[in-house]
Amino acid sequence: MTRFAPASDFRRPVDDTYQLAYFRFSPLDDERYVLTNQAGEYLVLPRAVLASFVKHELPSTHPAYSRLRSRQFLFDASSNLGRDLLALKVRTKAKRLENFTSLHIMVVSLRCEHSCPYCQVSRQSEDRSAFDMSEETAEKALALIFQSPSPAIKIEFQGGEPLLNFPLIQHVVRRGEEINQVAGRSLQFVITTNLAVVTDEILEFCRQHSVLISTSLDGPAALHNANRPRPGKNSYELAVAGIHKARNVLGHERVSALMTTTKASLSQVRTIIDEYVSLQFPGIFLRPLSPYGFAVKTKFYAAYDVDRWLDFYFEGLNYVLELNRSGIPFKEFYAATILTKMLTPFEPGYVDLMSPAGIGISAVVYNYDASVYASDEARMLAEMGDKTFLLGNVHQNTYAEIFGADALLDPIEQSFAGSVPMCSECAYEPFCGSDPVFHTATHGDFVGLKTRSSFCNRNMSIFKRLIALMESDDATRELFLSWAN
Amino acid sequence: MLRLSGFASSAYIEQSAPRSALRLVTSPTGPNPNPNHDAYLFRGKTSDPGCQWVVTFEEHQAEAEKLFSDRRLIVLPDYFSYLGEGDVIRFAPDRKAVRVLFRKEANANYFLVTERCNHLCLMCSQPPKDVDDRWLAREIIDVLPLLPATTPFLGITGGEPTLVGEDFFEILSCARDHLPSTPIHILSNGRTFKDRAFAQRYQAIGHRRLSVGIPIYSADPEVHDYVVQSKGAFDETIRGIMNLKAVGAEVEIRVVVHKQTYAGLADLSDFIFRNLTFVDHVTFMGLEITGFTRANMDKLWMDPYDYRSELRAAVQYLAAARINVSVYNHQLCLLDGSIHQYAKRSISDWKNEYADECASCSLRNRCGGFFSSSSLARSSHIAAFQ
Repeated sequence: MTRFAPASDFRRPVDDTYQLAYFRFSPLDDERYVLTNQAGEYLVLPRAVLASFVKHELPSTHPAYSRLRSRQFLFDASSNLGRDLLALKVRTKAKRLENFTSLHIMVVSLRCEHSCPYCQVSRQSEDRSAFDMSEETAEKALALIFQSPSPAIKIEFQGGEPLLNFPLIQHVVRRGEEINQVAGRSLQFVITTNLAVVTDEILEFCRQHSVLISTSLDGPAALHNANRPRPGKNSYELAVAGIHKARNVLGHERVSALMTTTKASLSQVRTIIDEYVSLQFPGIFLRPLSPYGFAVKTKFYAAYDVDRWLDFYFEGLNYVLELNRSGIPFKEFYAATILTKMLTPFEPGYVDLMSPAGIGISAVVYNYDASVYASDEARMLAEMGDKTFLLGNVHQNTYAEIFGADALLDPIEQSFAGSVPMCSECAYEPFCGSDPVFHTATHGDFVGLKTRSSFCNRNMSIFKRLIALMESDDATRELFLSWAN
Repeated sequence: MLRLSGFASSAYIEQSAPRSALRLVTSPTGPNPNPNHDAYLFRGKTSDPGCQWVVTFEEHQAEAEKLFSDRRLIVLPDYFSYLGEGDVIRFAPDRKAVRVLFRKEANANYFLVTERCNHLCLMCSQPPKDVDDRWLAREIIDVLPLLPATTPFLGITGGEPTLVGEDFFEILSCARDHLPSTPIHILSNGRTFKDRAFAQRYQAIGHRRLSVGIPIYSADPEVHDYVVQSKGAFDETIRGIMNLKAVGAEVEIRVVVHKQTYAGLADLSDFIFRNLTFVDHVTFMGLEITGFTRANMDKLWMDPYDYRSELRAAVQYLAAARINVSVYNHQLCLLDGSIHQYAKRSISDWKNEYADECASCSLRNRCGGFFSSSSLARSSHIAAFQ
């Protein structure tokens, strides 16, 4: 049939000219580079191919050419869609910014019956009601919360041990629901608790009001109890019993757990993960200690460096992959958050890994003493005497004063990764974020020096590892995509 | 395979009479009688509703000639004997040509709006003709009011249906008024929707169950343009999809898998997820060996078994991305077991068949089977599941 034109008739441009789009590139290993476009899509190319690409020498017949074009790393005569598609994707990634603060943390009590040496919030001993939030303060905080434009509002009760001030939680939940009858937001409550003092009555209240439970579980009994001492030395037993009880009342999916890595954890990542698997959690969040509170005072934070933690993390990640290969579906949640950034058009909105920084504009803390802080870490830093991120007081300041405070806007502006030295040109920046609180705690300013930043080192290592894993194995890439969504 | 077109054995009507769309009725009182279009379907037991048209079959010809000497009588050959109450045919007196337009019992009925098209796809099953066929659209506007309101599905196809302009909107308005709860699926190349105003007008029709199926064959504009044989098609189609979604319309992306497209499936699914995340459905279709495909077999045909890993990866990628994905026109024995759950029985009943091997297959009832035309080129890996 002569009616049909050959494929060569549709090949453009005939003269191999193309325009480079805005993109960034950084080494992945000795031979390969990672390229990212403005929407955070990546490609891995050998150094030589990258070099010929940037020199405008890559022929359109090269296998990489078509991919560079369909992911908008280059524009040529074949299509004029690239800029519009990119714009749409950048807009999608930034979409959540317009919603402003969705996570509202209320520290209802700083008291705790545990005495964890790694406590990052500097808890107070149990009998001092001066560390409880008052009803008046809670009312003011609620009024501020509902001034947020966010269509979804999550109120998280934190401590200390928030259940030690349960009457206030009940009050806030009831009042929140009342206000929401008019406000009409998607409203959710979550209690972060060690479950040691949970009762049937508390759980029944949580059931009635659809309150979620988030608890702490560091691993098997010996490790957990060593990390988390309390009278009776039974933190693990109480946590596990509490998890079962809470699941029975609220439903399996409504109870989650977080772990913290101590020096003692480093050699036991598999048994820690096994503990989560046997308790039928859908995944684990392998978290390093943060440089705040007692963790610094007790030298727990300094007990391991980032490289040692990364060994622990990667051993854990490999083990999780092994589990999946053997038919046990299980996620590592930090990787899943990053993979959402890498593999989807969406922004997961994880406060510690956002740019502009998530402080204040994604999450905010109403402390027991009526002060408002830019993040959970910000109030931890404040307990150590550094009130850099104190935004105001619920009794004395208006919503506009608090969220327009220089103490919030300056660090957000200064730490914006798109313009920070070494971040602005980094190919991994679309997956990363800025953490001005962390860098204030460790470097004394909002930005920090990236060559010495353990935030940078830790995250860059994880980004590279995740990409390398996906490049080496399609099955892992498919698994990771399922984590990302 | 059912024959949907043919010729009447005899017809008692002047040859110069205009062609007519006829709805077959068997009882005197239908739900909404239409004297211009209702034809009494006579099978030997009379309950004459007094229609001016009568349709019968050869075995009842003598009797019908006696009973209905004053009517317009059409005698059909036996291969049309499957026709029944509620079906609609077109009759052209000059050639005594008969075409079945609508079958009440069919799993899917498609109306061809025009044979004109601005694509010339290598595998087109309905090769376009550059003719003035505006009467087709007018006929559809006549026929839609004859259909039962309970019609479960209606397809609008071509050619490129949007090329008929005003008539396209009139057809859809007519469907909105007469078939408000019937899902209407339009097969379009999407290019006309590059004009935002056209997309807005389409959405403003206000039919609740309207969707468009639009093909994309590659993430590479050169490959897509080659497959559809039209430079610039890729850009216009993608813009059309973006406009349709911007106005809130429902869009399905259709990918025909063959020798020119299978290697790019992974990049295409990635492109769809990253750039067209908002589409409602993505379907991967098998090749139908008809129309232009027969002329381009060397460029198109490959054993579906040989692209099963590419197809599996693309389907699982989109499924993991939480995009509604389906596989059409593929036999289960040619698909990786992990994507069986996405395979749909999608072939229209009149051209749907099974092979000898299928007789003993335990998955036959879940399998879409073959196009009637598939005997022209069949996978060498057809095998029954035990």
